[in-house]
Amino acid sequence: MIYNNDSRNSIIGKIDWITVLIYLALVMVGWFSIFSAKYNELHPSIFDFSMEYGKQLVWIGAALLIGFVVLLIDAKFFNVFSMWIYVVVLAALFMVLVYGKATKGATAWIEFGPVKFQPSEFAKMATALALAGYLDRLDVDLRKRKDILVSCLLVLVPMALVLLQNDTGSAIVFVSFIFVLYREGMPGAGALMLCGVLAVLVFVFTLLWGQKTMFIILGILFVLVMAFRLLTKRRGLVPTVAVFMFMFVFVFSVDFAFNKVLLDHQRSRIEVLLGMKEDNKGAGYNVYQSKIAIGSGGLAGKGFLEGTQTKYDFVPEQHTDFIFCTIGEEGGFLGTSAVVLLYVALLMRIVTLAERQRSTFSRVYGYGIAGIFFVHVAINIGMTVGLVPVIGIPLPFLSYGGSSMLAFTIMLAIFVKQDANRLNVL
Amino acid sequence: MAGRRKKSITFVHRDFNMSNKSNNLTNRKLLVMGVFVTVGVVYLVRLFSLQVLDKKYKQLADNNALRFVTQYPARGKIFDRNGNLMVFNEAVYDLMVIPKQACKIDSARPFDTMEFCRLLRISKESYVERMAKAKKESYMKPSPFLTQVSKEDYAHIAEVLYRYPGFRFQTRTVRHYPSAIAAHTLGDIGEISQIELERDKEGECYYRQGDYIGKSGIEKSYERELRGVKGLKVVVVDVHNREMGRFMDGELDEDPVAGKDIYLGMDADLQAYGEQLMVGKIGSVVAVEPATGQILAFVSSPTYDPNLLVGRERGTHYKELQNDPMKPLINRAVSGTYPPGSTFKTVVGLIAMQSGSITPGTCFHCSGQASLPIKCTHSHGSSPDFANAIMNSCNPYFYESFKATINNRKFGGVKQGYQYWKDMTYKMGLGHKFNTDIPYERSGNIPTPEYYDKMYGGQWNAVTIRSLGIGQGEVLLTPLQLANIAAMIANEGFYYPPHLIKCFGDSTAIPEVMTTKVFSGIEPQYFRVMKRGLRTVFSGPAGTARRFEMKDIPQCGKTGTAQNPHGNYHSNFVAFAPEDDPKIAIAVIIENGGYGATWAAPIASLMIEKYIRGYTVREELEKRMMEGRISYKSER
Repeated sequence: MIYNNDSRNSIIGKIDWITVLIYLALVMVGWFSIFSAKYNELHPSIFDFSMEYGKQLVWIGAALLIGFVVLLIDAKFFNVFSMWIYVVVLAALFMVLVYGKATKGATAWIEFGPVKFQPSEFAKMATALALAGYLDRLDVDLRKRKDILVSCLLVLVPMALVLLQNDTGSAIVFVSFIFVLYREGMPGAGALMLCGVLAVLVFVFTLLWGQKTMFIILGILFVLVMAFRLLTKRRGLVPTVAVFMFMFVFVFSVDFAFNKVLLDHQRSRIEVLLGMKEDNKGAGYNVYQSKIAIGSGGLAGKGFLEGTQTKYDFVPEQHTDFIFCTIGEEGGFLGTSAVVLLYVALLMRIVTLAERQRSTFSRVYGYGIAGIFFVHVAINIGMTVGLVPVIGIPLPFLSYGGSSMLAFTIMLAIFVKQDANRLNVL
Repeated sequence: MAGRRKKSITFVHRDFNMSNKSNNLTNRKLLVMGVFVTVGVVYLVRLFSLQVLDKKYKQLADNNALRFVTQYPARGKIFDRNGNLMVFNEAVYDLMVIPKQACKIDSARPFDTMEFCRLLRISKESYVERMAKAKKESYMKPSPFLTQVSKEDYAHIAEVLYRYPGFRFQTRTVRHYPSAIAAHTLGDIGEISQIELERDKEGECYYRQGDYIGKSGIEKSYERELRGVKGLKVVVVDVHNREMGRFMDGELDEDPVAGKDIYLGMDADLQAYGEQLMVGKIGSVVAVEPATGQILAFVSSPTYDPNLLVGRERGTHYKELQNDPMKPLINRAVSGTYPPGSTFKTVVGLIAMQSGSITPGTCFHCSGQASLPIKCTHSHGSSPDFANAIMNSCNPYFYESFKATINNRKFGGVKQGYQYWKDMTYKMGLGHKFNTDIPYERSGNIPTPEYYDKMYGGQWNAVTIRSLGIGQGEVLLTPLQLANIAAMIANEGFYYPPHLIKCFGDSTAIPEVMTTKVFSGIEPQYFRVMKRGLRTVFSGPAGTARRFEMKDIPQCGKTGTAQNPHGNYHSNFVAFAPEDDPKIAIAVIIENGGYGATWAAPIASLMIEKYIRGYTVREELEKRMMEGRISYKSER
């Protein structure tokens, strides 16, 4: 790759301000929501650094500063050093496994003196960089088996390490790289996505209706599809049969997977989600309280600082993973839909920007982070409204926490920098 | 140079390839964007249904965060006539439960239940029973779980209560009786019963399960005034049930209205003195202020410490008192009915004079022990006039007077004559309740002519019912009625229905019935004759109470020695003093005390002295009365 080193125009004029403004809007919404969620009458100032809202401001400041520094760094740096960054983060993940500190069941933290940080938050970004850097190589072609294998390993290795930390939520985020591989034309990526969706559907309906019913339904579907194929004399019989075979086998394995592979708390979260079990005091407490908080917001919300459910701790983790509840309760449907639309806008913008890149590196990286943001947002908001089982991952830019704020900001800043520099790529 | 050039050529070639590839692949962005948008739309729909369409979450949120706390007003205090405090309030704490929120420890975590029971010092069974009761009352609203927890226990429990969702404390007050007297008069408050609750539901609908209500005495009579009006406070709580502030700045709150204070006509010193005198005796002392009808002393013996019927031990103590063979819970002053014996001769004599059947100068022959059909128990001159007959308590005289009354020709027959006599007793406050402010009052008994018709098959006359003339037979009076007779004579012809209240703490008027004069239908002149006679009971040489005469306090009185089916005679006495300006009228009945002059007369006299003087000088008599014990068969 060759760069035009001409830097006559300042970086300010070239960065995509739409992305930056959406980012700043989300960060502000998050800060005020944390203030409201943890509001304490004894500490009424949003600048009180002994409280979460004051600390979050520090993180926001740090993130903006580092984000700005990223914008000043030469755009080539991240491409050139992508593999090094990846290796360093992998090493950090190893270290967590050996020396890490356990919080809430997951061994995700690592401490450097007074500073604690979560390597898994940075692992996603590092993977996106590494994948982008790899696919950007001239000799790499995703139609080749070897390159497919390497690409998948680049994703699966950090994913496995995070999974070993018992941080299932962060591990699931790595699934998002399927979007990148699909976009870059990996053979079978589309089929994999389809199979994934089918697998989820089969899994859910098998749990709800039982194996026998599922066999009957699949059987009828199979007959109908085959009849249609024969009548229209269309080709592609083999893949169809293969997909149905896969589904039949999967139905068999659902019970085993559900009862033997999943952990107890994961199983009960799914049971609660599917309404197989009513447990508003135990496993379903979080979601039940979260739905109450959001549902009680109504159309226009209760008003800033007027919420009772999050402020008075009825919703657990109300400033971290369940920050969306505060928005729902105090901002109502207007508030929640605004935030959802902001996220959709951000994702669309990133994809659009990614498509206008000249370099493979920038495009792959753009798709990579779009996928990461998407999975975070979809799972986090989905769990607060009871559409997705409870998986503890933060809402990008909104949830309280230094590691995620820094990681997400750097992640986005790198992309903004790449985009600002796109015309310099020859 | 060459190297660089080569590289750029390669790049161009590759770029060409790439753009070719990109053209097929660019469309793939549509699927990715499609997924993002689809998920966004699904979430918006979900949020819309959750926040805008579904209204139940608003209610659930309120249930989470809002508590409707009943604000109990301070119950009115009770003072005696001189402003001495007799009843006031002490803070206690009720443990309330919201069963819905407490379900967690109800079913899923039995271990916590055990710990909770230990903390409250109740059994598992008791826990289950209490929870079931609370659930029956309301599943969503707080109901009392454990009431009247002491200050010490409260501090201990409150510290760890956050572990038990659905439980919280509510402050309330209990009654305290500083001098521990007048238990029957003051009465007690207790948790409202199912029957009381249902009656309330048909009318006012004020009470809820677990509320306190006056059960007896003044607490019952003036429940409405004493209790005040409950208020309501809506507070916001956090997940640990800690109060975080008022909801809507207290806009929905209602302040409680404190109960009214009550001043009793009772004199606390006199009451305490009366209770001391009555120790070891069964019976009653009722003292009334003749000029107002206010009750000065209201002793029913045996009595009990009213502080026993307060707090968590109320039930246990109540049961003990209920099972006591001496029946201390009964207020004998209004619930006990007794044959009045010779004290009734006042009534018989007054009616006889009023009906014109005798005059103050009328004499009847008395043959002492040999008199027929009723013998005389006293030795006195053979033909006493009215005053003499009163002094000597001459049985034949009053039998003859009674006979002369109902046989009086102007009535045209025995039944009519008896009806007149009965009507007159009714006017004097006998045979019916006063219905002022004293609960559990009984009517006593003055038989109707129909009763005797039935009993004697229509064949009866003055001789048949002669016992009435000397206060025996079917006639039964409460000590209160007897005291009222004394007050009526003291007033020379009228009385105010005897009542406990003097006034309310504010300027509210007391019920009219208590301030309305009731006339006896007998002319004052006859009362003056009666008074002279009653005076000689103390002052006369043969007066049955002459031993209790005080030179400086002219007392009037009448002894009674009443036969009864329970053993020894009841010792009765009615009196008032001073003769010309009566300040106190009193009736004393000592069950099985023997002669009227043995117990009742000296106790009445001491009470009079105590009230008028403020102290007593007859130390020996006082000591004898206070230390005297009457033995009762335990099966009473």
